[in-house]
Amino acid sequence: MSRLGKITRRTLLVGAVAVAGGAAFGTYKIRKPVTNPLRPEHGASLNPYVIIDQQGISIIAPRAEMGQGVHTTLAALVAEELDADWESIRVLHGPPAAAYFNAALAHGALPVPDYDLKPWQRRVTQGLGAASKLLGLQVTGGSTSTVDGFERMRLAGASAREALKAVAADRLGVVRGDLRTEAGRVITPDGTEIDYRDLVEAAATRPVPQVELRHPYEWKLLGQSLPRSDMRAKVTGQAEFSTDIVLEGMKFATVRICPYLGGGMAGFDPAPALAVAGVERVLDLGDGVAVIASNTWAAMQGAEAVAIDWTPSHLPATTDAMFEQIAQAFAARPNSTMRDQGAPDDIPAGIEVEYRVPFLAHSTMEPMGATAVLQDGHLTVWVGNQAPREHLKVAAQAAGISEDNVTLHTVFLGGGFGRRVETDITRQAARIAALVPETPIRLTWSREEDMRHDFYRPAAIARMRGAVEDGRAVLFDAQIAAPSVTRAALGRIIGRQMGGPDKGHVEGAFDQPYAIPNYRVAGHLADLDVPIGFWRAVGNSFNGFFHECFIDELAHAAGRDPLQFRLDHVGVESPVAGGVLEAVRDMSDWGAPVSENVGRGVAMIWSFGTPTAVVIDLEREARGIRIARAFMACDPGLVLDPAIVRAQMESGLIYGLSAAVMGEITFTDGRADQGNFPEYDALRMFNTPRIEVGILQDNPHMGGVGEPGTPPAMPALANALFALTGQRVRSLPLLPHADFLV
Amino acid sequence: MSVSLTVNGTVRQSSLDPETPLLWVLRDEFGLTGTKFGCGVAACGACTVHIDGEAVRACQIALGDVWGPVTTIEGLSQGYTLAPLQQAWVRHQVAQCGFCQSGQIMQAAELLAQNPAPTDAEIDEAMAGNLCRCGTYSVIRAAIHDAARALNGGSAG
Ligand code: FES
Ligand code: FES
Repeated sequence: MSRLGKITRRTLLVGAVAVAGGAAFGTYKIRKPVTNPLRPEHGASLNPYVIIDQQGISIIAPRAEMGQGVHTTLAALVAEELDADWESIRVLHGPPAAAYFNAALAHGALPVPDYDLKPWQRRVTQGLGAASKLLGLQVTGGSTSTVDGFERMRLAGASAREALKAVAADRLGVVRGDLRTEAGRVITPDGTEIDYRDLVEAAATRPVPQVELRHPYEWKLLGQSLPRSDMRAKVTGQAEFSTDIVLEGMKFATVRICPYLGGGMAGFDPAPALAVAGVERVLDLGDGVAVIASNTWAAMQGAEAVAIDWTPSHLPATTDAMFEQIAQAFAARPNSTMRDQGAPDDIPAGIEVEYRVPFLAHSTMEPMGATAVLQDGHLTVWVGNQAPREHLKVAAQAAGISEDNVTLHTVFLGGGFGRRVETDITRQAARIAALVPETPIRLTWSREEDMRHDFYRPAAIARMRGAVEDGRAVLFDAQIAAPSVTRAALGRIIGRQMGGPDKGHVEGAFDQPYAIPNYRVAGHLADLDVPIGFWRAVGNSFNGFFHECFIDELAHAAGRDPLQFRLDHVGVESPVAGGVLEAVRDMSDWGAPVSENVGRGVAMIWSFGTPTAVVIDLEREARGIRIARAFMACDPGLVLDPAIVRAQMESGLIYGLSAAVMGEITFTDGRADQGNFPEYDALRMFNTPRIEVGILQDNPHMGGVGEPGTPPAMPALANALFALTGQRVRSLPLLPHADFLV
Repeated sequence: MSVSLTVNGTVRQSSLDPETPLLWVLRDEFGLTGTKFGCGVAACGACTVHIDGEAVRACQIALGDVWGPVTTIEGLSQGYTLAPLQQAWVRHQVAQCGFCQSGQIMQAAELLAQNPAPTDAEIDEAMAGNLCRCGTYSVIRAAIHDAARALNGGSAG
């Protein structure tokens, strides 16, 4: 971390030339180069992604490492072209800086299904990356990191390499083309080796050579499963998360904020808290209190002890009333009808059903936390986060100082899943640090605080009409009602209301590659103020369930095998999507006779550019229903690190299955009824299925891998339950309806 | 008043209230932040450490009740050389976010100390209290088998 210690925003690197590998390259419409934010204490930075100093090569990952392996893959992109020695490079989180904007975030902006994008539409969406640049959105999300970094990080490595070679060529009086590079050294034809470290100071002051990228068949690192750069630190307890920073004179804090969401605090009595051994101060945060103590336990005990007069929430008093409010959205005109084919109103529905899914918590393994200190008017914050620039801005506001006086270090995230885009934890930490200047504060939320102050995956309702004829679907007509995550989250993050059709609200339903003659998906935005946010796979997490369970119903109504039925509708529309269905069919030996104690279900969802199919096998045992096996196949196109893709697929699947079996947040008087794992659990080793992952690379476009495993997991499970029991459960979680092994 | 306890082979004094859970003594007072807080109610296993070789939830053991020497993740390896379990964790590239992994490794270490060649079912049973929200279970199981083979003199891999 000290390597980046002196980096401040908007400072130009001494001797830095125009940004190599940044936005100055490539196809971006806005060509004004961004400023290199790196200003190392020692050594030199060749561009925003590479620092070389006497200790070696550090690669700066502009995205947050939250378990998805992005540090490893992004570093490999640079190292591949830089010819750095993989085992000896270090990977650091990038500081908050506009240079690290995520251009791929905008790739999903057109109201067109990803599988069906025309080449010109792809170019348009790439142009939209410029909007991310203007907003400086340095966000880790949307399964975009690798797609975004694919060109610019390789270019960063390549141009740095060529700059180093140019210096060596000058020094030795040879031509640059005669030099080669290997493991952090430039090598001359006669075998003389010069370490990059001896060239870097001069290289940093040269104009950036424009270079061609290597052809994939030359790759040595990319395409391989690499040892992850963070692995050793994570098996020795050395990896630093938000509350692992140790500072001289540090105090320990926790908060207790009004649990009646939207409510506040009329008054409080700190006396009972101050009587707890170790408690030093109770601070008024407006809508709750912070307690500062000599250790976290005392702070938590103290926070419990404060007598607080809460003011009520304005939310509906019960979860049922919330669902009623969501259902009211059906009465209004839809916000979007992004799929509208044929004449759905003219086709009589053979099936008309309603589906419901609940609110969900992110429940990251690490509860929210941060470390902060305000010293001599300068605020330093350590926080694992998915949007450093937004966090920095909020920290400055909360401390009442300018952004120039804030340093924000992104540390490892103990799980993100969308939760750590939100800036609430940073706002609190900055506020508390400002209230006790010169005192370092480690702020740790209790699990209860974390679960009751989440930005939840919204509850949603789908009304479906469908019909079949001659073994095929002829009508698929969906109306989907939920509060809008896009509006809620982007409103908070960029401070402006997004109007227009909300694609995120219907993704996973309107954009699926099925050929159905009368096919309509309408999105209705519900007016309900529960705090909601990005939850792994976002809209796909509920729409995938609606879409793929209903397809299953249509298949059974048509008297067809549900996998073959899907293939018949998908294969023509998208051979790539058909490929993943065929893969899980073969992997699972679908169609072979199974015992009557086994039920199999299938689902396929195309999300974040990657079609992913799942087959789930359930087995009835004496103690309950076991999720015995899962077969997954995905096609993210070109694969940069197969082991990481596999890990992300398993991870996404388990996250989805956990939610589908037992995930549910309910509210009473605006307060979440669930506070800790005993009430909001997840799958554990004993009830997680054996998982087989097939990775295809037929997709001509690169897709994400962090989220696409989640959406198909839930409907595949519900469809398997139907196969096992004959019971069609149209709401989640499933546990109230079936005795899963838990 | 101070409480004396042995942590990773070193005798240390804690000045915290004896009711304080061991977890916070380790993290806040001793700076041993490898042991994690996940729930505080014995439901996640992130805080797992050993007392006298037994895997316990440090969020549930009061400082005053610690009955033997404490080993944390920081004390598992010998200097730079990783313990066999940690090596297996690296070979299988287990960690994703990594937040649960200290607890997983400490739980697995107790299992292998008691049962040098556990079956799948025995592993599932022993690890049931350790949650991993990233879903690394399959590689954890594989790494435990692998470490068991290595410890029994077989070849790892
Ligand atoms: S923190 Fe101790 S078991 Fe969860
Ligand atoms: S690795 Fe993230 S919780 Fe286990």
